[in-house]
Amino acid sequence: MSMEEKQNSQTFQDFNQSIFKPETKEEISEIIKNCYKKNIPLEINGLQSKKRIGRNFQSEKTLDLSGYSGIIEYKPEELYIKVKSGTPIKKIISELDKNNQQLAFEPNDFGFLFSGNSNEGSIGGVIACNFAGPRRFKSGSARDHLLGFQGVNGKGEIIKSGGTVVKNVTGYDLCKLLSGSFGTLTVLTELSIKVLPKPETNKTLIVNNPHLKKALEYFDITLSSSIDPSGAVFYPEYYRKNFTFNDLTQEGAIIGVRVEGPSNSVDHRIEKLCAELDILNNEFSILNQEQSNIFWEKTRQLQVFTSLKGNLLRVVIPVSETFEVIQKLKNYEINYFLDWGGSLIWLQIEEINTKMLKEIKNIIQAATGYLTVIKIEEDMKATIDIFTVNPIKYKISEKIKKSFDPKRILNPGKMYSGI
Amino acid sequence: MTSLQMPKVENSILSSREEIISDIEKIINPDNVLSHEDEIKPYETDALAAYRQTPLLVVLPETVDEVSKILKYCNENKIKVVPRGAGTGLSGGSLPLADCVLLAMGKFNKILELDYKNRCVVAQPCVTNLAITNAVQDKDFYYAPDPSSQIACSIGGNVAENSGGVHSLKYGTTTNNLLGIEVVLMDGTITRFGGKVMDSEGYDFLGLMTGSEGLLGVITEVTVKILKSPEVVKASLIGFPSIEDAGNCVAQIIAQGCIPAGMEIMDKALTKATNDYSKAGYPVNAEAMMIVEFDGTEHEVEAYMNKAKKIAENNNSSSLKISKTNEERLKFWAGRKAAFPACGVLAPDYMCMDGSIPRGKLAEVLNEITRLSKKYDLPVANAFHAGDGNLHPLIMFDANDKESLRKCEEFGADILRYCVKVGGALTGEHGVGIEKRELMCEAFNNNDIQQQLTIKAALDPNSLLNPGKVYPILRKCAEEGRVHVHGGKTKFPDIPRF
Repeated sequence: MSMEEKQNSQTFQDFNQSIFKPETKEEISEIIKNCYKKNIPLEINGLQSKKRIGRNFQSEKTLDLSGYSGIIEYKPEELYIKVKSGTPIKKIISELDKNNQQLAFEPNDFGFLFSGNSNEGSIGGVIACNFAGPRRFKSGSARDHLLGFQGVNGKGEIIKSGGTVVKNVTGYDLCKLLSGSFGTLTVLTELSIKVLPKPETNKTLIVNNPHLKKALEYFDITLSSSIDPSGAVFYPEYYRKNFTFNDLTQEGAIIGVRVEGPSNSVDHRIEKLCAELDILNNEFSILNQEQSNIFWEKTRQLQVFTSLKGNLLRVVIPVSETFEVIQKLKNYEINYFLDWGGSLIWLQIEEINTKMLKEIKNIIQAATGYLTVIKIEEDMKATIDIFTVNPIKYKISEKIKKSFDPKRILNPGKMYSGI
Repeated sequence: MTSLQMPKVENSILSSREEIISDIEKIINPDNVLSHEDEIKPYETDALAAYRQTPLLVVLPETVDEVSKILKYCNENKIKVVPRGAGTGLSGGSLPLADCVLLAMGKFNKILELDYKNRCVVAQPCVTNLAITNAVQDKDFYYAPDPSSQIACSIGGNVAENSGGVHSLKYGTTTNNLLGIEVVLMDGTITRFGGKVMDSEGYDFLGLMTGSEGLLGVITEVTVKILKSPEVVKASLIGFPSIEDAGNCVAQIIAQGCIPAGMEIMDKALTKATNDYSKAGYPVNAEAMMIVEFDGTEHEVEAYMNKAKKIAENNNSSSLKISKTNEERLKFWAGRKAAFPACGVLAPDYMCMDGSIPRGKLAEVLNEITRLSKKYDLPVANAFHAGDGNLHPLIMFDANDKESLRKCEEFGADILRYCVKVGGALTGEHGVGIEKRELMCEAFNNNDIQQQLTIKAALDPNSLLNPGKVYPILRKCAEEGRVHVHGGKTKFPDIPRF
């Protein structure tokens, strides 16, 4: 048997299994090459923390990347870390911790929502889904932190783009295109991620008991201020019980504004913000670093939705539209909280049907925003659109999908039917 | 300048010139169709002035609808189109082709909306970068990316090239500050990517278009986010006895958790040249000079500046001056920004390279450049955006001496190859264009390039939109790659650069 025949025979044997668990990028490439040849659709999995987000689709086999894990290179002074795509976020965060650095985009943790416990997932999953936490409006999203990647396209070819430097305009920026593509274009293998120093300290200004309109006014002042906030969130009264801190003594809705930096600067900026908001001493509290960290972890991890029974929608709209949109949404049985200074609405709905979802989507699209279904009853998934897309963008998406994955074998139908 | 292969000229297009002109005159106001030699001559080059080619004709559309109709017409008739903004690009991205319609976007020059509620500005693509900041600065806002040509370069061009500036480490480049675009595809499809919100879901076409150098679509509207101006901005001027010391200082500043708004290093040759030119008060005896800028609140800037000062002292700094006033800070930068004209005084010609390298490799790369400078017997001066790793060596030569030009070209290509070798990139902010096209194979293999070409083919199957740019024709890897400035004069000699 020739060398090549031996390899083929080896692959063929392995090919009978329904779950592939590769450990090298060459194996990943080989598996996809085979699936390409044989027209076999693949479901791409990392640590499955966001598996339930997206459409249900038929796949014959699963590519499980949880065994493809490890830090390839970490250069704190160059502000990047290069990792294999199956590497757990937890591991990356703890490694960065040692050098007082962080992933500034604060990836959301969907574990509490889906399983009641933290499940941060893998870096590949975080990039593929591109959901960023509270610091988004200051520091950018996951897509802004992907400096370069290597991956395998739908033909099994190993491709790369970008690098490890922040300034790089060599060729199309595929890092952006692949971020948020839910594994439908390329299986990411190696990722170079930008990291940043952790701020020396942080504090959070809590404004007690604002109503929605007032909250949005406060956000407008805060985000237009030179105090440079790094988090601005509004929790209505019904979520208040999730936030028990020594320094929070009042009941009711709360706004949290995070300020980070050197300690004397943080104090100065919070003082300045209080003056700009024109609030009285009994209207606010300040969370020290320890409490502040917990507050924002709970927000990043969507802990108010722990083991949520109902449905969860993620809505992003221009903040100028938030008040009107919420008024319209109040026609439905909703609970919500606002992140990103009022631009991101996490919308909890006890019961939902196709018609309602369509109406809500219309409201959001009229406000020039978009809606992503994060959690919904499984049997509804077949009949609804999880993502928002217009016909022109659908057509372009179809062409781009084809350019990476001509036989539609990578997560086919995960984002849109037919793509 | 040595010749560079461009896409094959279609004689059938050349011979139907009159017909094409008359057709397009039916689509848009005939006054906006330029065809006389004197009219089209000014469009024959961008700021990479070594390459010149007059187009078939120049059209100046006024509405997105006109852009769409022109593209649709050209697509149906297989006519190449080269889009052009302000024409300040340094890599030849808007170099016309003999058989192309040059789509000059100059009439798209209005700011459409200042939206403070959503903290963004909506502008037409030929509004200059600086005009955006000027429009919002009375409310103390600004647009962060600041390529040094910001007085003249267009915001649409910034999107096409993903322009940077000296503040990229802290504030990102265009792609990180862009919220939405309206774009017309080669088949005439008008569409919008993004809007006034962050992270539009689905495939990130906004990100794909940004930096695509006019190959995938024509940008007809841009929405950028604006930021509140920081309370305080201060810069310090630090001299070092060696490049290694300066490089170590950069690494330690970052390792200790400071993210400066800007951090620049110049070698001795450039420090002296710029100081002679602009009397900026630079430490001319230092082997390396660094400008470090912090912004934020008074306390924050003071804390970081003290930290940086200590780190500099630990790295043998020979001098240190902190700006006391904003005027003084601007004076620190004035010398740096005059690097082009300052070099023009030193030699008949110079070429500006644009590579990116890991910050920690600065000393190694500069040593290699010094070695190459001796090998080719051509002087070189170096400027370095140390914050983001963007290196700009300026090679001095005499274009009238063919041997000198040849050596300069080889020298430049060697530098870029070395940048790639140490883990950097061929271009940090000037774009590939035609200038670095043939070096793409240094950074990418066949699979990488084929994937990119397939994306191009998906959106422009006949390869009519800005063909011959970015990707090597027949993937021929030759030795090209630099900005050539003759007689110390760029196309726009008064514009500050990089």
